[in-house]
Amino acid sequence: MSLQVENLRVYYQTLHGDVKALDGATFALADGEIMGLAGESGCGKTTLGYSLIRLNARMRYVEGHVRLDGSELPIWDSEKMNDFRFKEVSIVPQYAMSAMNPTRKIGKMISELLSSRKVSYKTTRPELKRRLDLVGLSHDVLDMYPIELSGGMKQRMVMVLSTLLDPSLLIADEITSALDVSSQKAVAEMLVEFRNREIVKSMIVITHDISILYQIADTIMIMYAGQLAEKAPTDTIIHNAWHPYTKLLISSLPKVGVKYSENKLEGIPGKPPMLLNPPKGCRFRDRCEVAFEKCLEEPPFLELEKDHYVACWRVSDQYA
Amino acid sequence: MLKLENLSKIYHVGTFGGTELLAVNEVSFQVGEGEVVSLIGESGSGKSTIGKMILRLISKSAGSITFNGVDVSSLHGSQLKEYYRKVQGVFQDPFSSYNPIFKADRVFKLIRDEFFPGTNDVEWIAKVRDSVEDVGLNPDHVLQKYPHQLSGGQLQRLLIARALLLDVELLVADEIISMLDASTRIDVLNLLADLTSQGLSILFITHDLSLGYYISQKAVILYRGCVAEMGATEKIYNRPLHPYTKMLMASVPRLDRKWDEKVVEIALEGKNAELEDGCVFYHRCPAADAAMGCAERMPPLIETEPNHFVACFCYQEEQAAVKDIS
Amino acid sequence: MITFLKKNEILYFAIRNNKLKIGLSVLIFFILLTLVGPLLTDYSPMEYIGPPSAPPSSEYWFGTTTFGQDVFSQFIHGLKASFLVGIIGGGIGTLLGVLVGFVAGYRGGMIDEILNMVTNIVLVIPTLAVLLIIVAYLEVRGIFAESVFIGLTSWPWAARAIRAQTFSLRSRDFVDLARLTGMKPLKIIFSEIAPNMMSYLLLVFILQFGGAILVAATLDFIGLGPTNAMSLGLMMNNAVLWGALLLGFWWWFIPPGIAITAIVGSLYITNVGLDEVFNPKLREM
Repeated sequence: MSLQVENLRVYYQTLHGDVKALDGATFALADGEIMGLAGESGCGKTTLGYSLIRLNARMRYVEGHVRLDGSELPIWDSEKMNDFRFKEVSIVPQYAMSAMNPTRKIGKMISELLSSRKVSYKTTRPELKRRLDLVGLSHDVLDMYPIELSGGMKQRMVMVLSTLLDPSLLIADEITSALDVSSQKAVAEMLVEFRNREIVKSMIVITHDISILYQIADTIMIMYAGQLAEKAPTDTIIHNAWHPYTKLLISSLPKVGVKYSENKLEGIPGKPPMLLNPPKGCRFRDRCEVAFEKCLEEPPFLELEKDHYVACWRVSDQYA
Repeated sequence: MLKLENLSKIYHVGTFGGTELLAVNEVSFQVGEGEVVSLIGESGSGKSTIGKMILRLISKSAGSITFNGVDVSSLHGSQLKEYYRKVQGVFQDPFSSYNPIFKADRVFKLIRDEFFPGTNDVEWIAKVRDSVEDVGLNPDHVLQKYPHQLSGGQLQRLLIARALLLDVELLVADEIISMLDASTRIDVLNLLADLTSQGLSILFITHDLSLGYYISQKAVILYRGCVAEMGATEKIYNRPLHPYTKMLMASVPRLDRKWDEKVVEIALEGKNAELEDGCVFYHRCPAADAAMGCAERMPPLIETEPNHFVACFCYQEEQAAVKDIS
Repeated sequence: MITFLKKNEILYFAIRNNKLKIGLSVLIFFILLTLVGPLLTDYSPMEYIGPPSAPPSSEYWFGTTTFGQDVFSQFIHGLKASFLVGIIGGGIGTLLGVLVGFVAGYRGGMIDEILNMVTNIVLVIPTLAVLLIIVAYLEVRGIFAESVFIGLTSWPWAARAIRAQTFSLRSRDFVDLARLTGMKPLKIIFSEIAPNMMSYLLLVFILQFGGAILVAATLDFIGLGPTNAMSLGLMMNNAVLWGALLLGFWWWFIPPGIAITAIVGSLYITNVGLDEVFNPKLREM
């Protein structure tokens, strides 16, 4: 198993108390698996992604274990994680393409980055050039300033950077959101290509755009209000989801071929709960049509059929 | 009702403003009563610029915008205010549209101060409550709150409620859905569609093709400031003609089918040269052909079937065919 | 109490910020001294009442000048003068900066270009040279004249800062929405943009205030100050002129020097503290 996460809890410290942004995540990723992590804003997907690489100082690690390729990741200790970051676990953060230093040529920036990780730029250069070819960027890019590249090119550049040292796990946070349709397709297909060539072993693709996940992800995991709702192969989630939230979410997405006048789609009434003081038990309870008394107790994330995990009492009663 | 004719916007950039940037290039289309027209384009297509020109937030460089027969750019002072009674806008970022230090209700108060100065309090409160209910919100839950206490979807709906307080006939919705969560998007979309059945026209600016299909009758596809294709939504989506539209339809991630490997890969960066004159899509077009004149001038909009226009030299014969039939 | 403070976030951080507390304490001390001071001294600052060059004693708390004037009462009146210059000079500077900054930032285009040119010209004018010329024509100068002059020459940097802020606020959607409501530009500036910048404007005023006091002290020190009033800078000027440095009459120039340093310094520290209070990103949790 490539990645194993056990009961991960990460809270944010604020003036008014702890925001329980990630409250008990347990799942696993196989080698070569591209998992899409989807959910609405505030569901905790970004927190989960960042907690695996421990990049945000405001996060407070509460409990849980993360094992990558058998060895434990010291995600509670930012110093110790330095050895793992970039080499074993890497991330493409959300606004990465805007984060490149505008006053540095890209080649210079890369050499500085590598030397900070004690990797020689000279020895990595040939591999870097091969990767640039892979993503369709010309070698001249190394001599250009970030402002000379388009959004899609910058995003591809950042992806090459983040995967330069062949990490086992890549976390991609909303990498297609700010791009045009054609660039989105290129970048998404690139992710799959990296996995196919075993440059990266497994990936977690965080996004709110489920249609992109349908195109490239092997499995999709849906989160709601800091907890895991459902994880299953992509086709199952899209066509045969079991969790009430997932079903409502998928059916509320406009698709080409669906017109308002013929087929009015419905949204989900209500709002997600505040995570400062989340409700007891299943957090979707207040908006769920099939909630009953047992929902006052937190449902476990169970594997109800092969590779299909759901956290819902109704469903587990039905299929157990 | 709203008619754009050869509308253009030129920006002067560079040192001393020497270089010209053609953000909008001779765009013409119409929006009728009770009609939803989707203005679809990627970044740099000029769609937001067109929206802002219609709302008189940016001045036009050439061409005309007429609303019910009146030239919009000639309006000033109280005439402009009358225009704003009928034409309003809602923007992309709900949190940026509210002044963060005031309560959200203030947007209603501003409308009252400018447009309904004589109304008494009781009447006004009733009017506001009606408007808020019309957009599907509970007045007791959303009034008297600060913007950060409300969600994006609620804020966008309050902006629509604000527009409904006036006698709005045309609403310019500039990417109003893109910053909302998946479950609230459909609610706001449904609201817009409901309002059109009561006579409101909407110019729906978006980059998301599936949203355009859901609520609009007509679609206008823009590329770098020019109209590439335009017409009835089904015709554009099911039988795209322009190479750019075909590429868009093939690249948009869909939930009902995977990306088609067999579709011709159009290079993201231009394969062909960038030109001064000639078709604006020349540099990325797989069908570019010097013999057809693609390198010399912009192709005119041709009607290949009723309510389906395309700006591409590939279809010159179709137009001839249509002409013969008629 | 804690819950009330937690609700009003600004007050909560304000009370905990050390820089703010220290800065304000020093400032308030001097303000109180100015208000209460005249009651503590019986002598007028220019009167020759005591033995010349006497060190501090219980009779004359700050000693006397070479001419036998009471340094303490000079000090008190000097404080008052400094504060007056600060408020009037700083006020005029802020007002002009606000007007120019808002209009240039909101309108942009040609108006912005013209106002920018004016700002740059005033910025570049050698104030000292101009002041010398003015001094040559005006025989009697009061505190008010000095404040006005300082105000008229110190507004450019404030105008630039406010212009930059206005530019960034102007592109926010709520300003566009206000335009769609048919509001006139001046109304938009003062009812939509300015309230968002209140904390910034306060900081600008504080800096102008401190800056005016400092400039006034400098001008007084080189003899270009008011002719009919006593100020801290003038005290130092006199002290140096009459050899207090060489003769060791420290009580004449040290108190005004410390006062100016303390007041201006505390204003700047208050400024930094306030900036931290208003800007969540600068706070240390």
